[in-house]
Amino acid sequence: MAQKENKTNPNGSVDSRTTLLEVTDLKMHFPIRKGFLRRVVGHVKAVDGVSFSIQKGDTFGLVGESGCGKTTTGRCVMRLLDPTDGQIVYYDREEGPIHIESLEPTEMRVFRRDMQIMFQDPYASLNPRLTLRQIVGEPLIINKVASGKELDDRVAELLRSVGLSPEYMNRYPHAFSGGQRQRIGLARALALNPEFIVADEPVSALDVSVQAQVLNLIKDLQEEFGLTYLFIAHNMSVIKHSCDHVAVMYVGRIVEVAETKELFRNPLHPYTEALLSAIPNPDPRQRKSRIILEGDVPNPARPPSGCYFHPRCAYAKEICSQESPPLQEYAPGHSAACHFAKELSLTGVL
Amino acid sequence: MADNQNTILQVENLHTHFFTESGVIRALRGVDFSVERGKVLGIVGESGCGKSVTAQCIMNMLPGNGRAVEGKISYYPRESIGSQTEKVDITGLPPRGKAMRAIRGNEIAMIFQEPMTSLDPVYTVGSQLMEAITLHQNVTKQQGKEIAVDALAKVNLPEPARIFDAYPHQLSGGQRQRVMIAIALSCNPTLLIADEPTTALDVTTQAQILDLMRALQEETHMSIIFITHDLGVVAEMCDDVAVMYLGKVVEQTTVDAAFHSPQHPYTRALLRSIPRLTDENQTRLDVIKGRVPDPSVVPPGCAFHPRCPEVIPGLCDVHTPEVIKLGGGQEVRCLLYDDKLMAQSPTRTALAESR
Repeated sequence: MAQKENKTNPNGSVDSRTTLLEVTDLKMHFPIRKGFLRRVVGHVKAVDGVSFSIQKGDTFGLVGESGCGKTTTGRCVMRLLDPTDGQIVYYDREEGPIHIESLEPTEMRVFRRDMQIMFQDPYASLNPRLTLRQIVGEPLIINKVASGKELDDRVAELLRSVGLSPEYMNRYPHAFSGGQRQRIGLARALALNPEFIVADEPVSALDVSVQAQVLNLIKDLQEEFGLTYLFIAHNMSVIKHSCDHVAVMYVGRIVEVAETKELFRNPLHPYTEALLSAIPNPDPRQRKSRIILEGDVPNPARPPSGCYFHPRCAYAKEICSQESPPLQEYAPGHSAACHFAKELSLTGVL
Repeated sequence: MADNQNTILQVENLHTHFFTESGVIRALRGVDFSVERGKVLGIVGESGCGKSVTAQCIMNMLPGNGRAVEGKISYYPRESIGSQTEKVDITGLPPRGKAMRAIRGNEIAMIFQEPMTSLDPVYTVGSQLMEAITLHQNVTKQQGKEIAVDALAKVNLPEPARIFDAYPHQLSGGQRQRVMIAIALSCNPTLLIADEPTTALDVTTQAQILDLMRALQEETHMSIIFITHDLGVVAEMCDDVAVMYLGKVVEQTTVDAAFHSPQHPYTRALLRSIPRLTDENQTRLDVIKGRVPDPSVVPPGCAFHPRCPEVIPGLCDVHTPEVIKLGGGQEVRCLLYDDKLMAQSPTRTALAESR
């Protein structure tokens, strides 16, 4: 079984935990077609060379603004999209490293028992014509894990584990609120005892008081079932609260990766600094002037030259518009893609 | 409070019902609050608490099946400063009448949550701006266009003349929201209602828009009603806060008191439930149990009692709390502060000690 020692954790000591998922140079380019012959006239580079690895038992956060490619990355990892290029290696508990990107559909189906996804929109991700028993039980039936009485018992157990009463089993999704629907989505994801769950904006559609309930539940289930999460979100406070490590994405690329606290305390990339500065602070006594970025996120079909962030970056110099900076490690476990990561002293929020 | 020279809008005991096929929905069940001249009032609450319906009532543009059945909204127009106030009772005006049209969009303007859907896709930005200007101001087309381009420049849109001729789909979300603000401000309103203006935007764009709104407010001294569910945005933007729960304002106070000495159990619980950057990583969040009930089945007594951590059985589920004025202008709807009722309650001493 191929296992990789994690290099070092932020304290500098060797971490005994193992890598569960390793993504290398992942690319997802969507063709733009035009005209009668639907000729390809260009590509939207939604994900353009993303690399990261997730340790077993960790919650790995992907954060960025809309259109930065975080959801596309999550979907490529699940093979809901077929990536254009790159490697996605999953270190299976029994079978060792598996190259997800080259699995045949039939193999992938077996493999999806280990990896599940929960979606952002609780109103669109549950089939309104199916009862909870059918929704939560579907993965069990498809994989021939359970049937009949056993199936009912398992569905009841799953509903209980996400805090719903098993009596609801015969109801349809319309009878439930947003928070309850996210719980149903979680129960469905848990049905086959996965090791790894992609949580794509699990709380962004929820009210504040319900958001807290679902975040706690996600955390509790991680402890109970030893889950590893890829946690996709745009809310920095939620990321700070839930994740062990964070990767910040901008126009299809990762611009910075670090352990959560380190990233919030010592950002190395100017975009991370601006993102952190933009977080509204729920304390009126701490109003401060923010870094206001000029303009908008560029169109991923026509990204700027050099570093994609340079037209909005306050620290940009000549080289930034010419050369694209590679993602480099500047401190143990802390990497950034900026030509001046060493020289700049940026402000964090902690 | 209504006699206060500084009040621009006073909402009293507002009840709004929606008459649907499946019965009457009591969206607002007695809303009280007031907006000071030149101040920013934040209205916070979770979805379904009636924030947006309140805004629609103030603009007098409820959907066809909705009606303000009780209470009143008094608006004190700008001419009334100095001279004896001639207030306008908005609830008494016919929605399509001349008087209401003179106020709506002119003296009271509104920006909406969805910058994607609140602009008409088949008209240029310029013609939508001109519509508001020519309707309310007695200007020629040429003057109108100048005002419009000026308004676009004022909200920091690059190349305002080009944006004037652009269609909404050619603009980004942040730019559209700037256009919405330009339309709203083109007639120099005295009161601006912003209904979740940044909810659909990204964080860095949100920071841009909030910054712009703050600058424009300081420049024009207009009053703003800022409706949002994001407590962080309230702390950033507002002077006063009204917290709503199920069609009632449960607490109105200054922004500092709301965040540093909240009195209503709902306000306190809301503040405890948000993740904060300063928290130790991955601690459990305090939650409010249950969820906001369906407005067609409002719990008896205090509507928050089934979820309230400080509920007193036999009291909170029976008596409906009235507004109680505490010191410093803080107003709260909670029986814990009702000395008369609390004196009768057997559990009172125990609670008073724990508080």
